[in-house]
Amino acid sequence: MNVGIIKYGLGNIASVYNALKTFNQKSKIIERPNDIDKLDFLILPGVGNFSQSKFILDQNGWTEKILDSVINKKKPILGICLGMQLLASWGYEGASEFNKEKTQGFGLIDGEVKSLLDIGCDKRIPHMGWNEITWECSHKILDGVSKNTDFYFVHSYVFVPANKANIIATSNYPSPVTAVIAKDHIWGVQFHPEKSSKAGLKVIKNFLDQ
Amino acid sequence: MLKVRIIPTLLYKDFSLVKGIGFDSWRRIGPILPAVKIFNSREVDELIFLDITSTNKGINPDYESISELSKFCFVPLTVGGGINSIEQVDKIIEIGADKVSINTACYENPQIISDVANRFGKQCVVASIDVRFENNEWICYKNSGLKKTNKTPLEWAKELESLGAGEILITSIDRDGLMKGYDQELISLLTNNLRIPVVASGGAGPFDDLYDAVSNSKASALAAASIFQFTQNTPNDIKKFLKKKGIPVRLNS
Repeated sequence: MNVGIIKYGLGNIASVYNALKTFNQKSKIIERPNDIDKLDFLILPGVGNFSQSKFILDQNGWTEKILDSVINKKKPILGICLGMQLLASWGYEGASEFNKEKTQGFGLIDGEVKSLLDIGCDKRIPHMGWNEITWECSHKILDGVSKNTDFYFVHSYVFVPANKANIIATSNYPSPVTAVIAKDHIWGVQFHPEKSSKAGLKVIKNFLDQ
Repeated sequence: MLKVRIIPTLLYKDFSLVKGIGFDSWRRIGPILPAVKIFNSREVDELIFLDITSTNKGINPDYESISELSKFCFVPLTVGGGINSIEQVDKIIEIGADKVSINTACYENPQIISDVANRFGKQCVVASIDVRFENNEWICYKNSGLKKTNKTPLEWAKELESLGAGEILITSIDRDGLMKGYDQELISLLTNNLRIPVVASGGAGPFDDLYDAVSNSKASALAAASIFQFTQNTPNDIKKFLKKKGIPVRLNS
């Protein structure tokens, strides 16, 4: 089983790699789009802003490869934080730097990525720290995780999917924040599982065990 | 509900974990890696790792140690000490840190805050401010408390916030290491005037005072060092106490 962490820019890649190592799962840090072909499982982390990251992904040929792997070859993908947001159709973060209103995402799960302010959050931004997640229908990604477990969040933007059925779990801040999203083999988590202690490691394991 | 974070601060100097009083008289506590392993196994909320010598020696952060520590840290890790360029931040984030704490370099080149925020997002930037109370006013110090600046903490914190800092780590040098309580007024001054989270630091000790820092002074997180190194108290002890008083905390099962 080949697991790859997509390194398209800068970011804390080592943590995801180290997290996989805790359950003896070897992984590769993928720095060239063509290397995606060798993978069975894709992990897309992300630090930075939506528009800039998408610009890099488009420019360097990642977008095309990722879409081909996920759509045509049905390879499972796990987006983490910004990596999850990039699965959306559109994102508003940083679009103005490119003289646009919004930036096109991968469009793997219909929806938009909006700022916490725009969904009515009146708390301190970024939403930073441990917050519990809740869900109504169980999903494989949460196997073995107890309800109301805290996960580590650090973000200022939120994935608002067009189809509510794609929301697997939410967190409140104080508006509902999409914490886990899934559509078939396309999964995403807004929190950082690699930094959410034992429960977070379990989520990563569940992704590989699906 | 978002939890109040309890954050052990690990200060290090010449490869050892140290702790001082008033940013001085450093005591060597032991090697740093076992401390990280213990805090990780106790599932702490977050760790702050500060190299107190890099800036004053004018050397790069100790990448090897940071990389080694991050291998055992599955909770968020903030790394600081000696950071003055975006290239250093790239490297620190790449080897496993989640956030960087920048202090002295901000006074010389405030733009570094914006540069890091633009590259990695605001959430990655912790602006750290060290403060002494002198002649009836708070004044900011740089270089691990060695050099006085002309900034007062509120104006400086606001400036750092507008530059793109995602969080302010405010430390009272006067109270550091005494375990007699935070400078509550200083914390309130910032939390009342900033939109970003404020981490209280310097003086953590009495549990009632920790509670005050959250309930009255509105700190989003509490950083502490001495109480974890020189007393039997653990982060979980503090959290149990806060929880009884109605503060949302993350308790380990």
